[in-house]
Amino acid sequence: MRWLHKLSMRMRMLFHRDAEDERLDDELRFHLEQQIAENIASGMDADEARHAALRSFGNPTVLRDQTRDTWTWNWLEQLWRDIRYGARMLRRTPGFSVIAILVMGLGIGANVALLTVVRSVLLKPLPFRDIDRLVRLFEADAQGRFRDNIVAGGTFAAWKAQARSFDDMAIMKHVEYNLSGVGGQLPELANAYVTSWNLFPMLGVKPALGRSFSASDDRRDADSVVMLSWGLWKRRYGGDPGIVGKSILLDGKAYTVIGILPAWFTYPDAKTQLWTALYHERSPELMQMHTAHNFDVIARLKPGVSIQQATADLNTIQAQVRRQFPDGPVMDAANIRPLLEAEVRDVKTGLYVVFAATGCLLLIACLNIANLLVARSATRRKEAAIRCALGGSRARLIREQVIESLLLSAGGGAIGLFFASMILAWLLSTRDDIPRADAIHMDGIVFLFTIGVILLCGLFAGLIPALSSSHKQLLKTLHEASRSVSGGRASTRLRQFLLALEVGLTVMLLIGAGLLLKSYRQLRSVDLGSATNVLTMDINLPRVGYETAAKRVAFFEQLQQRVRQLPGVRGVGLSTVLPGQGHRRDDTFTIAEHPPLPRGQVLDAATRFVDPSYFQAMHIPLLQGRFMQPSELYERAQYILVSESLVRQYFLGEDPIGKHILPDIGEGNQSYEIVGVVGDVLEDLANPAEATIYYPLYMGTERSAVLAVRTASDPMVVALPIQKIIAQMDRDLPVANILTMEQILGQSTLSQNFDAKLLLAFAVLSLLLSAVGLFGVLSYIVAQRTTEIGVRIALGARREQVLKLMLLDGLRPALFGLVIGVVASIWASRLIQSLLYGTRPLDPIVFVAVSVVLLIIAALSCVVPAWKASRLDPMQALRAE
Amino acid sequence: MGKPSDLVQGTLDLLILKTLSLEPKHGWAIAKRIQQVSGDVLQVQQGSLYPALHRLEQQGWIKAKWAESETGRQAKFYSLTTAGRKQLESETANWNRLSEAINIVVQEA
Repeated sequence: MRWLHKLSMRMRMLFHRDAEDERLDDELRFHLEQQIAENIASGMDADEARHAALRSFGNPTVLRDQTRDTWTWNWLEQLWRDIRYGARMLRRTPGFSVIAILVMGLGIGANVALLTVVRSVLLKPLPFRDIDRLVRLFEADAQGRFRDNIVAGGTFAAWKAQARSFDDMAIMKHVEYNLSGVGGQLPELANAYVTSWNLFPMLGVKPALGRSFSASDDRRDADSVVMLSWGLWKRRYGGDPGIVGKSILLDGKAYTVIGILPAWFTYPDAKTQLWTALYHERSPELMQMHTAHNFDVIARLKPGVSIQQATADLNTIQAQVRRQFPDGPVMDAANIRPLLEAEVRDVKTGLYVVFAATGCLLLIACLNIANLLVARSATRRKEAAIRCALGGSRARLIREQVIESLLLSAGGGAIGLFFASMILAWLLSTRDDIPRADAIHMDGIVFLFTIGVILLCGLFAGLIPALSSSHKQLLKTLHEASRSVSGGRASTRLRQFLLALEVGLTVMLLIGAGLLLKSYRQLRSVDLGSATNVLTMDINLPRVGYETAAKRVAFFEQLQQRVRQLPGVRGVGLSTVLPGQGHRRDDTFTIAEHPPLPRGQVLDAATRFVDPSYFQAMHIPLLQGRFMQPSELYERAQYILVSESLVRQYFLGEDPIGKHILPDIGEGNQSYEIVGVVGDVLEDLANPAEATIYYPLYMGTERSAVLAVRTASDPMVVALPIQKIIAQMDRDLPVANILTMEQILGQSTLSQNFDAKLLLAFAVLSLLLSAVGLFGVLSYIVAQRTTEIGVRIALGARREQVLKLMLLDGLRPALFGLVIGVVASIWASRLIQSLLYGTRPLDPIVFVAVSVVLLIIAALSCVVPAWKASRLDPMQALRAE
Repeated sequence: MGKPSDLVQGTLDLLILKTLSLEPKHGWAIAKRIQQVSGDVLQVQQGSLYPALHRLEQQGWIKAKWAESETGRQAKFYSLTTAGRKQLESETANWNRLSEAINIVVQEA
């Protein structure tokens, strides 16, 4: 019963506090009245009785407060009072408050946004069943040269049959289908995956509509079936459930739609539009080959089996495979990565660096606010001292200070969340290459993080100034004569220390940004080895309508001729892969004229199929020999060109012309004669050129090619005329990825560009914050030393001397900070080494440039207060106190 | 005006509970009663009385009711709760033990 009583008491104290206050007053008044009545009864007159009663009663306010102290919820009441008090203090200096809240908001916002990205992309599991047991399998090399080779069909078959460490294993590959339009719809080139039927059950994905693939769909002789992504179904088929069971045309062939995948399923990326059954789409021969490395393999580990155990298991199998096939590009080991890690490892370092940068920014913001608060608490020293002297507890003073800064950071946090959502929206629109970008959104954990950051920042920024002034020092203020000449030495020193830290962090950010920027510029200034004023578009001839080599070659030839006649076109070429588009494909080969290689060794080069005019169109120089001839068609197309790097790698000291290459490219001729050597081109800007063999496209084996059109001026102007030509040639043929070469290069350096720009933005922001900090601290010092300066000037100090004195005072923390920052950067720049291209971590230009910029900014922010000090009118300065 | 020490505070609680065990009283009457019964030896100051009353109320030992006083004015009357009665018993026992012990020590010396 007592708890019930206590509870009702508590409720009353919480919700009827005002009424209780009145009752308390009344109770005390009653006591007083009784005393007066008693006094009168004992013979005093009314007035005297009253005075005597009041005397014996003591201080009614104190009594009231002491009684109230016994009430519950007192802490809440005090907190509320402190908050109101803090808010009032902040309202009195709106400029300071707004700046502090904005600064905090920027810092918190950037952090929340980046945390959201990092968490969604790097930390949060893919939404699959038992994600920690899902892994990607790769072929590898026992010597550790290759770790992440994609897997050959035969290898997958061997693993699946023999490995004991896995519950299940699925295989998939990215493909593109020409999705024909129905009823006036345009055809489109759809990103798709072929997969073994067991992928979806293994991931735990159930179709939103219809059914998943079954084992009987996944055979060469089965009917053609397709599953649509939710996005494609909504976009192209209006979300009509009736589509299930109907057929759609892929590459001119009818496929029955059996199911729609759920909306949340966007693996491996949101661009994937449809899925078909792999063993239906690919020949059984290909799926038994150990040399055609084509596929992504995903597996589910058995419970309790570690990645090491599973790797050992696969290694044994793969070593056996290698013994069985000692020739050709067959790997002899395997590598396993957790699924999540395999997806995101390219962007990981960059994201962490940017995240660390936002952390620095937040720290700088906190330091800045702490600094401003130290300044404020210095101006309120007298007030604090008086309160102390009157018995105010120090804890109370500290609490007020901390609550004030908590209020600031809470305001900052609210604004920060708003900033964060803007930053995220912008981020998602600029960085569509981040894997799993679709999973990025703020959630409960992020909000908790925000609250944590708010508390942390508030405590950090509030405690520094609060603890900086000890009780003794506070009282000393009162002892000091009212004419304090240069008071507050300690707090000045603290502010200078905080500033130095701030400047140091800024220097680190600036140097990091400088290194990344320089590296990005290096990357963009790399010579690709070919022309760049080029328009490119992907052409993908479907199986139906282009069954024979002759039909394919005829199409390419006609396209070539018609595009060349467009005005403004300087050159037209076709290739399966353009420079800057990545590695894409390589094949192994042997050289007929060379002695046979030792067992197990293979030669390897990137494979491209090009038309005869490709090299001239792309301005790739012919170094030796001749180009292919337009008359070399089909089986007569036996003449190939090789890149400079290939000659260096495989024909050192020999003449490659006239030698014969015997490649493992599947279809086509057995042997090719090298007729020419061309200059190197880069696959991507960050890596050196690879050995490359250019096979004739006019063999007719390839169905896909990239059209490259070099123009006199802006390449984009010819895009529409070319699309018209293609539509005239085949109304049902889609083109995709109409891009200029510049855009392709921009995409391939997007993440470097992005990291550099983002870091630069943070660095500039923190530079701004530091400048504000420097300006603030020096203005404050000047204000404090007004009298001193006045005396100096009155005694004949020259104004230049005063200027110099004050400038040095302000620049000292900047110099200390610079030293701290440079030293820290020497350590930190090593951490971002893997992000740098053609730039050493200790690049002297960057270090010097950053130091100079920092000193200039520091000098600029110190000049105004220092100049003001030197212009002081000594009479006014002395009178001011 | 320091706060009463633990001993005094605990004792005051006991005195209040004991005084209230007979009948409900308001603060003034409690103070008067303690003073009378102790033969003017114990004078309870308002500064101790009201904080103690409110603390006891918050803890649920006593409860308050507004009622008309002897003079016809509304006053806050305190009375023991059931829990308060038990508390009084245990505190009385405590007090007896303690005062006996103190007596022994004082007389020995």
